Amino acid sequence: MTGLPILSIMTWAPFVAALVIMFAARHRPLLVRWVSLAGATVSLIASLWIYWAYDYDLAGFQFHEEIVLVPSLGISYLLAVDGISVLMSVLTSIIIFAGVFASWTVKERSQEFYALLLILTTGVYGVFVSLDLFVFFLFYEIAVLPMYLLIGIWGSSGEVLPQGIFGWAMGRTGVGTKEYAAMKLTLYLLFGSAFILVGILALYVAGGSQSFSFLTFEAMQIAPALQTWVFLAFYVGFGILAGIWPLHTWSPDGHASAPTAVSMLHAGVLMKLGAYGVVRLGIGLLPDAAVEWAWLVGTIACINIVYGALSAMAQKDLKYVIAYSSVSHMGVVMLGAATLTVNGLNGSVFQMFAHGIMTGLFFALVGLVYEKAHSREIFKMGGFATMMPGIAIAFTIGGLSSLGLPATAGFVAEFLTFLGTWSSDYRWWLFPAVIGAFLTAIYVMRVTKQIFWGPKSNDPRFQLLPDAQGTEWAALGILVFVLILFGLVPGLAIGPIDTATGPLLLRLTGQ
Amino acid sequence: MTGDGMFALAALLLHALGFLVVALVVPLRRLGRPAAYFSILCAVGSLASALIAWQRHIGGTASRLVWAWLPADGQTLTSVGVLADAESTIMLTLVALVACLVQVYSLGYLSDEPPAALGRYYAYQSLFAFSMMGLVLAPNFVQLFICWELVGLCSYLLIGFYYQKPEAARAAVKAFWITKAGDVGLLIGIVLLWHQSGTFDLLEMQGLVESGALPLAGLSLITFCIYLGAVGKSAQFPLHVWLPDAMEGPTPVSALIHAATMVTAGVYLLFRTEWLFALTPDVLALVAWVGAGTALLAAILACAQDDIKRVLAYSTVSQLGYMMTAIGAGFATAGFFHLLTHGVFKALLFLGAGAIIHAVHSNNLPDMGGLARRMPQTAIIFLIGTLSLAGIPLFGGFLSKEEILGAVWAGGMTGPFVILLVVAFLTAFYMFRVVFLAFFATPAAHDTHPHDPPMAMALPLWILAVLSFGIGLYFTVAGPALPFGPAEAAAHGPAWLMPVAVGSAVGGILLAWLTYQRRIIDAGALAAAFGPLRTAAQKRFWIDDVFEAAYGVVLLGFSRAIGWFDRYLIDGVLNVVSAWTLTSGDDLRTMQTGRVQDYVYGVAVGLMILLLWVQLA
Repeated sequence: MTGLPILSIMTWAPFVAALVIMFAARHRPLLVRWVSLAGATVSLIASLWIYWAYDYDLAGFQFHEEIVLVPSLGISYLLAVDGISVLMSVLTSIIIFAGVFASWTVKERSQEFYALLLILTTGVYGVFVSLDLFVFFLFYEIAVLPMYLLIGIWGSSGEVLPQGIFGWAMGRTGVGTKEYAAMKLTLYLLFGSAFILVGILALYVAGGSQSFSFLTFEAMQIAPALQTWVFLAFYVGFGILAGIWPLHTWSPDGHASAPTAVSMLHAGVLMKLGAYGVVRLGIGLLPDAAVEWAWLVGTIACINIVYGALSAMAQKDLKYVIAYSSVSHMGVVMLGAATLTVNGLNGSVFQMFAHGIMTGLFFALVGLVYEKAHSREIFKMGGFATMMPGIAIAFTIGGLSSLGLPATAGFVAEFLTFLGTWSSDYRWWLFPAVIGAFLTAIYVMRVTKQIFWGPKSNDPRFQLLPDAQGTEWAALGILVFVLILFGLVPGLAIGPIDTATGPLLLRLTGQ
Repeated sequence: MTGDGMFALAALLLHALGFLVVALVVPLRRLGRPAAYFSILCAVGSLASALIAWQRHIGGTASRLVWAWLPADGQTLTSVGVLADAESTIMLTLVALVACLVQVYSLGYLSDEPPAALGRYYAYQSLFAFSMMGLVLAPNFVQLFICWELVGLCSYLLIGFYYQKPEAARAAVKAFWITKAGDVGLLIGIVLLWHQSGTFDLLEMQGLVESGALPLAGLSLITFCIYLGAVGKSAQFPLHVWLPDAMEGPTPVSALIHAATMVTAGVYLLFRTEWLFALTPDVLALVAWVGAGTALLAAILACAQDDIKRVLAYSTVSQLGYMMTAIGAGFATAGFFHLLTHGVFKALLFLGAGAIIHAVHSNNLPDMGGLARRMPQTAIIFLIGTLSLAGIPLFGGFLSKEEILGAVWAGGMTGPFVILLVVAFLTAFYMFRVVFLAFFATPAAHDTHPHDPPMAMALPLWILAVLSFGIGLYFTVAGPALPFGPAEAAAHGPAWLMPVAVGSAVGGILLAWLTYQRRIIDAGALAAAFGPLRTAAQKRFWIDDVFEAAYGVVLLGFSRAIGWFDRYLIDGVLNVVSAWTLTSGDDLRTMQTGRVQDYVYGVAVGLMILLLWVQLA
């Protein structure tokens, strides 16, 4: 690919913005925001350009860029995108763009906050566009690590009563504090990366220690025995980030403690890195093992869907509800992938996108509600729709997408996944999946009714609350627009996805 | 004939335009009345368009316009568009007509609302009309499901229009959940059907069925699942519980959504896929029995209500049961015919009830009384609707009811037939109970001075009244040839059918007259005669309580258990591991004493163990 290194521009623009912030814009809060916005805008334009310029008839990996880094080990900076990564890049751009607006009111040490947020974003883009697995892993770690500081410094603590037979341990570890959440999340994800690294190295050695390139691995015949355990390593490693049960408990605590933009980015995009990893490396490189382990992936996914929904229903803290709903919705992503059918995989990737936007919207809204009402306690709030109609409408639309209502992106994703399950080898998956969607309707509407569309709360704190203002509208407007646009015209997303899932499945059956 | 499809499409898109403009142009919406005028303008255009579409397709031609919507594997998985034929366009016309009249009527009914709320109301109304038309014209199951859910959403939004009222907020959510429970079935049915037939398209699938290419194995499960969707939407037992509560919404909404159009979507779905259900007679029998049971149950409940809207709501449930029974008996056209006439006269009754409520400021029958003198127009209109619903000859409901009874008889379903006759008696009774109590009984002490509604409300009422009577008159005079298909054999049922049916209706009227007008029969004694049945009816047969317990106790309890399990057991194990790590770190730290002697001891002991090991090995 000659010409503009568009993928690098998209990937590194936030990083450059972060450097500018740290060196040139220190202690000038407004400038920090404008620089961040500029960085996010460059990435957004670049990703939209890629989306537009990608040749869908040709499909496959496009926009290749290569710089050899360590020839002796076969490491190179190799970037390219296919239909799935194009869409994931667009998702990342939209979320970070909205996230910059949603963080506009961060007061404490805003330059470090924005810098870390932008560095993290570079890591996310890097994972989606890297074809060299060594560089992929580097980017993956860049995406995970800043989270520790972002939650630990700018996060918020909650309260959890120590109970049960393990109650003694809870006091010891400090459950509920933001430090606890930050540490738990980081340790858990690093634990997962260890599995991923082992898996990547195993493939590297099996290929004769020549190259870390995805394309090399893809062309390689990998022994079934090796495939079996490497797939499992990838599944556990990436699965932790995707929130698979029972390794999901970092996610509710982490998301509930994180500041708004970080929750948006983490639940919206980072969890997708996990699912993307399973699809790209797991199914893409290890087709035999994917078929072999489909039963496990799908069954766990079904547990995720129903268990996540029931857990969400039990929560009293609004942010925990959203966090558990992510656990449930990531189950749909993993289930779609496990069906190993065209519709299921299309649904899976589309759900990554839809859920990313939806949960980004949710966390932005929870942040706004908290900022206005200084409360996240669902059952103390009430009747907010009168005072903040804009926020109420946006929350309702997000909720409707979450429960899979048609005309929002959530429906298409779930519908395709359902179609996939019934065509797969494990048909009964359909039932937990559909029941999960129904349970989602219950907890989402319950919360929506309680906070917004119900009788007004008597609490004196909640009598005069403003609606969203100024830049806050930007974040909400963008996300709601995208959610409905992709619900009405799903071809916008399924078109690119479809060019990538077809060849992926061909490898499963064709070999 | 794709050109003709454009009219149906235009009817649909005009409401979309109305919705988009009212919803997105915020200043217009906040002005209230101008938004309403714009929405009504679109509705009138839509009605004209629908009428032309109906007229073009009345001869039986079908036109289809579709656009690819969702790709899969390089091909089109499903499309969106319109399928306009004789059946869908007549339904379209009904929707357009009632939607248009209700929008005009609402101008008067909601004239006291703040402007912003009025704007919101009209946005919801337009969205509903658009979605309902999309459902009616759906060329495939996917679009049908999409619009099916959207009308459910609009129903939720409009029931909860007065969301500051706790009952309204509750009723809205209840309606959403219970219909959604049925939709779970519908969705499963659609997925399974797609897998079995390889298509979502109605015409293609009908082709497969007619050529016998559709595998029959497991088809009963599929039609049963699809029927579940209809059970939720069309308020069949046991999912009927949401409809009476839905009366918390503004009365015009009840007329449009919860009487004439949305609740009949289930009946319409079964009518549209009649050829599919015909393959599974076992499910059809279930449809008939559940339909008849629902009709009876709701009719009994209607007799025990004092809230005029709730009487009408249970009556709607009961009539939906009627339609379902006809479909179950294998004569879907009879059910569809009743759907159409019922749509007209039930909308009339609701809007008439709205006029009363508007004047009296109460839903309660004991607060009314003697209104015939104060509101003569309303009384006449309401009486026309009631006679139609009771099935008195010359009125719209008479013909369609006869058709249903004939169909159920011809279908050989004696049980449901007898039940339906009883229901006909009860229907006449509870409706005339309302008429006598509201219009003729001794007036309650009114603070207000009830009077006939303003023009905006009276005009739609008169149009519907004329139609209710006109339909009946037209078919009685011009013969039974229905406009959407060959006359059913059922129309020529046994000779004793009509006298018996009319007789049971007249019997019901007579009983109501004796009880509530002449007061020869004491109402209290009559109620007491039914003893336990009456108690059960007042408790709504405990069905609502069962749902309440299933949600409040079972589901929420289970979710709390899962939440506890997650926080204290799954996460507990994790915390134990980390607590151990912390503790062992603390413990091991004590070994780091900093005294040289301790380290020398350690080295010496280690060396000894090493030597011992080498020696032994």
